[in-house]
Amino acid sequence: MSTTDGPTLIPDDASAQEIADREARMRRRKGWFPGLSDKWNALPRQTQWLILIVVVVIAYLLPILNPPLITTEPGNNWQIALAQMSVYALVAVGLNVVVGYAGLLDLGYVAFFALGSYTAAMFTSPDSPYVHIPYLWTLPLAMAVAMFFGVVLGVPTLRLRGDYLAIVTLGFGEIVRILATIIPAMKGQVGFQNVGHPPGTDSSGQTIFQNSNGTPWYWLTLTIIILVLLAAGNLERSRVGRAWIAIREDEDAAEIMGVPTFKYKVWAFAIGASVGGLSGALFAGQVGFVNNQKFDIATSILFVAAVVMGGTGNKVGAILGGALVAYIPLRFTAIAEFKYLIFGAALVVIMIFRPGGLLPARQSLLAYGRLAYNKLKGALGDIPASGKVVLEPGKGADK
Amino acid sequence: MSEAIEPDIDVEALKEQGVDLEVAEKVAPERDIVTKVGEALVQVQDLTIKFGGLTALDNVTFDINRGEILGLIGPNGAGKTTCFNAMTGVYKPTSGKVLLEGQLLNGLPQHRITRRGLARTFQNIRLFGEMTALENVVVGLDARHRTSVGGALLRLPTHVREEKTAIERGMALLEFVGIADHAHFLSRHLPYGYQRRLEIARALATDPKVLCLDEPAAGFNPAEKEELMALIRTIRDDGYTVLLIEHDMKLVMGVTDRIVVLEFGKKIADALPKIIRDDPKVISAYLGEPEDDLA
Repeated sequence: MSTTDGPTLIPDDASAQEIADREARMRRRKGWFPGLSDKWNALPRQTQWLILIVVVVIAYLLPILNPPLITTEPGNNWQIALAQMSVYALVAVGLNVVVGYAGLLDLGYVAFFALGSYTAAMFTSPDSPYVHIPYLWTLPLAMAVAMFFGVVLGVPTLRLRGDYLAIVTLGFGEIVRILATIIPAMKGQVGFQNVGHPPGTDSSGQTIFQNSNGTPWYWLTLTIIILVLLAAGNLERSRVGRAWIAIREDEDAAEIMGVPTFKYKVWAFAIGASVGGLSGALFAGQVGFVNNQKFDIATSILFVAAVVMGGTGNKVGAILGGALVAYIPLRFTAIAEFKYLIFGAALVVIMIFRPGGLLPARQSLLAYGRLAYNKLKGALGDIPASGKVVLEPGKGADK
Repeated sequence: MSEAIEPDIDVEALKEQGVDLEVAEKVAPERDIVTKVGEALVQVQDLTIKFGGLTALDNVTFDINRGEILGLIGPNGAGKTTCFNAMTGVYKPTSGKVLLEGQLLNGLPQHRITRRGLARTFQNIRLFGEMTALENVVVGLDARHRTSVGGALLRLPTHVREEKTAIERGMALLEFVGIADHAHFLSRHLPYGYQRRLEIARALATDPKVLCLDEPAAGFNPAEKEELMALIRTIRDDGYTVLLIEHDMKLVMGVTDRIVVLEFGKKIADALPKIIRDDPKVISAYLGEPEDDLA
């Protein structure tokens, strides 16, 4: 598939100057870490995997390393801080599917988080009069419940667009919180104590998953994040991910190009909701207590802020954003009171100087695209006029 | 009308230049069109569209025959794009029918109409800007894919196979329209002319029976228009049927086999280009006075 035996009917009139201009334009867009994503993409697949493995190992070791300067101690327990950061990161990964990929502004995402928390609480807490099941079973159950409500909310509302959708989801977020207040079975502010936890005791007979010990919760959530990332990556590099991005870019054009836009929007909502429910259940287990106070609109906006800060549409960026949003008030306890003010200001600054978010790398949307682009790059090397062709940031990155 | 669809370019010469005439076979090996060449593939019957009190289209009837390049022309506001939008499901016709191979298209969702085999490009380019050229084309190819969400999640064999062939077919299409060496560029970074060609490639990727081009030469210089004419002819020679909306008379006269003229929502002429050129009704409606300016 070289480019030289293509049709000569339409000559390639891109001059060297044009290509140089285009390259310069791209370089200007790159922002603070010029060449970082280029360098990453230039690495062979094996090296990328090796680096990823090292990063993952370090991530697992974080609660034991307790790195100075970075640690949240003495103000807050570092292990518990990590557990909370990982839950927020998971939330951001889920919301990124809705906001980042499909471009649907969901301001009521906390509702799914709440649904997951209440599912875990109501089926495990001794305060609940209902059937009790093992905690780990509540994780898939929370996903299913949240997904169900995601579809219930999505089917009537996803015919709306932009601002209208944002308003309806905002309302939905409030509805769940208010229902938790007024429905007696959900126990309002009293809430549910002693939410369940995964089984297991260590050698001295102590429960492993204690509310006061963040490490096992962090490891559990981190493992789930990795699994969710792999799943999200698979979806991204398929017709599903392409449909989402196409909808985000131009919904009408996507529809006319044969994308069943409504169906894929509902899917985005359902998948996002299920991850939200999952993270809610993990949160409930780690904290051990669920009441109606934690699921307000401000939390919902914080979730959106996490995605936007990290890099809309980039799952690694979402993790970074989610973790940061949880980390900053825990680390800098002196300013924790002003966290919304600070996040607001930070968002404005980021939007001005780095509109793509902290990690704006574009995700590859083709399962075997890397191969094709590399082939193309090889072929282009033979054309002197093209000179050095720089690939787009994020090309072929399977982060 | 059937004598009009004789190709008027030297196919052998094109092949010697390396033009890939079999892109249709490569991109869509299982294409299946019941209609014979020269018979009506699309039938527009008594199509009427009213926006409130305004009648944008008034009982318009015409056929698109398989294998031809049909031009749809008319002065500004004559209803060309409205007609286009009614055919592709953007507008719901007030009355009348649009049939593709005898099957009614009215009321189908737009993505279903595309899957039935009616693809289009846009007057103002509407690519997916944050996607590469290749990814844009693969979105079009996805219209024929069968992978479900579960299949993609678990990377089932169907998905893997479709992804692999999609890249081959996508590259073949980009090569066909002449922008293969820009496959890895984000489409919003492409030069204008390339974006127009990418739109055509993306529409072809949906494996259409009829390709509808809405002013594909808008903003082109004469040399680019010349290339576009050649490309449209190649597309037709490849077995596609083309409906072309265009303002540029030279391009329309040069490339189409038959022309339908609209004025104020009504069809005023439907004939071969050379007859249209001399039709006093058309001249007064659209072409203005001096005849020598046309050719």
